[in-house]
Amino acid sequence: MTALAAMLVRDMRIAVRVGGGALMGVLFFLVVAAMVPFALGPDLALLKRIGPAILWLAALLASLLALDRLFAADQEDGSLDLILMGRAPLELVVAIKGVAHWLTTGLPLVVAAPLIGLFLNLDGPAEAALVLTLLVGTPALTFIGLIGAAIAVTLRRGGLLVAVLVLPLTVPVLIFGVAAANAVSSGPVPFGTPFTILCALTLASLVVGPFAAAAALRQEME
Amino acid sequence: MRLTASNLACRRGGREVFAGVSFSVASGELLAIRGRNGAGKSSLLRMVVGLVRVADGQLALEAGDPELAIGEQAHYLGHQDALKPSLSVRENLQFWADFLGTGAAAIGEPLARVGLETLADLPAAYLSAGQRRRLSIARLLVVTRPIWLLDEPLSALDAVAQQSLTEFMRGHLAAGGVILAATHGALGLPAAREVWLGQASSPRVEEGWGGGSEGGATTPAPAPRLATPTPSPSGKGEEP
Amino acid sequence: MAIVDLANPSRFLNLANRAIPWFGGAAVLAFAFGLNQVAAVPDDYQQGATVKIMFLHVPGAWLGMLGWAVMTIAALGTLVWRHPLADVTAKAAAPIGAAFTLMCLVTGSLWGRPMWGTYWVWDARLTSVLVLFLLYLGVIAVWRTVEDPSRAARAAAILTIVGALDLPIIKFSVDWWNTLHQPASVLRGGGPTIHPTFLMPLLIMASAFTLLFAALLLAAMRNEILRRRVRTLRLLQASAVT
Repeated sequence: MTALAAMLVRDMRIAVRVGGGALMGVLFFLVVAAMVPFALGPDLALLKRIGPAILWLAALLASLLALDRLFAADQEDGSLDLILMGRAPLELVVAIKGVAHWLTTGLPLVVAAPLIGLFLNLDGPAEAALVLTLLVGTPALTFIGLIGAAIAVTLRRGGLLVAVLVLPLTVPVLIFGVAAANAVSSGPVPFGTPFTILCALTLASLVVGPFAAAAALRQEME
Repeated sequence: MRLTASNLACRRGGREVFAGVSFSVASGELLAIRGRNGAGKSSLLRMVVGLVRVADGQLALEAGDPELAIGEQAHYLGHQDALKPSLSVRENLQFWADFLGTGAAAIGEPLARVGLETLADLPAAYLSAGQRRRLSIARLLVVTRPIWLLDEPLSALDAVAQQSLTEFMRGHLAAGGVILAATHGALGLPAAREVWLGQASSPRVEEGWGGGSEGGATTPAPAPRLATPTPSPSGKGEEP
Repeated sequence: MAIVDLANPSRFLNLANRAIPWFGGAAVLAFAFGLNQVAAVPDDYQQGATVKIMFLHVPGAWLGMLGWAVMTIAALGTLVWRHPLADVTAKAAAPIGAAFTLMCLVTGSLWGRPMWGTYWVWDARLTSVLVLFLLYLGVIAVWRTVEDPSRAARAAAILTIVGALDLPIIKFSVDWWNTLHQPASVLRGGGPTIHPTFLMPLLIMASAFTLLFAALLLAAMRNEILRRRVRTLRLLQASAVT
């Protein structure tokens, strides 16, 4: 097995075996989405209108959950030292860890989103748009999150710092993701416009994220 | 192959940990790094690997792979074991074999050499500290790299395991490898070179016994016994 | 045989091995009888055949709550008496209760679509049952996340006892609030308001599901005990190798 494939398999094994596995993120997603009607009241029409935005926010927060352990766990047990001594480029290793994080945290959210959309009274086209935007947007959330996770790697209780660092960076993704999800239900803007911008943001994050995160890791270690 | 350090200095957290450290170690030689706690032994090892920034001075590797950094041709055995408790013994070792190595590496034999082959499918969480240490040592056996950097390698090992590690180190040196080991006590092998950190005067290189010849393995090594440095002419160098 | 005697896991395993086939067999018979009755029930004049979802939905609700009640008693056993089987019971009951609660939510949702025009509405009864489901998932998450089984048992026990507050809320939600969900028809002060033609099959189906619950619970407890034995053996294996 190549070095990168081995890293992918290892990270996915750990994610599935530890801490409740991939379902913890989905559970958090469900709980957060369920909280909103408690706060807003059971007005179904209102929930339908803001449903996509709520689910996007919940997906963002759920993605953040596993991020602070992404590098910190390896740093604490000495694995990060050895990873830096491997012959695979650090940028690729970081990217592969991002892929593993998305497969075990982001993708389950995309699968769970339609069911949770039912709670918020979303109809068919809205559900489809939501799933599509989350499918394209959650990788961006993960890869931007890599940067915050790398910066906070040496901190003991870095979880909140990671959130504080990452959330502002994800604002464009959030804006265009929600805009695209809403476009099918309301407004003059066609779905394609914000959606293609969302795709562009994701592609950019797939490149910028690993490079920035690798640079941050190297700075931290020395 | 020769690893040379000239006037290395290390600064961490604003204070100077050590300065003016120089040494040279060649194939088949063991360099012992000695000093009291806090003198910077671990920092020196990590500096050679590339995990700590070189504040001053130079590191050079002759006859190594010019495409690779020193750390990419070295094994580092630090205080931590780099094991994931939720993965089995086999999965842990296989991962490092794949990640640090260049191809399909057989892990059965290294596992057997450290005596963990019967526990191969057990989750690493069930291992004792000594067993974890032995699994980390297996990592050095499964992937071949010329330079070994060992930080207190004999700690957390019982007498049998210490003897095994000493044999592994002997074998590595015989194959032309280089070992830098930070230690408080004896290593079980004659150290060709020594470096003292944290002494009043600036650290210097001393030659312990066992030669300091190139390809030190040709010198018949004495039976395993505690390696103590001979008193140098200046009267320094007795192990406290 | 007193409860105290069952504290020995081996004795419990013996009992479970003998009891599970009986409960399972009784459940099969009860289902056969119950489904037969359900098929014979005439269509409701308003709802048509969809009313028969009731025979899944109502037992699901009852057993979801029964599951939490079992867990609450087990939680007391863990915290107060330190009965060793209490931990095992609590851990085994959680997924089964969660499954029945989910069955209640899903069948209710499917029933609500033709009845109310929507899959979901945030009224008091549905919300409190959803909260129960989330509490189940939370307890299961505690069991899976905390490494040491006895610490997990204590943490889950506290959560279970606090969560037991939801059970009376569910029961009385249709009385205390103005809800879309219909008011209580079976367990109520003046006796059941449901017609006997529907009541008997409902009670038979509920009994069948309860027998199923018992069989599944005993089987899950047996699995958990065996799982713990495997863990102990692994620990021994690791310490036996020098």
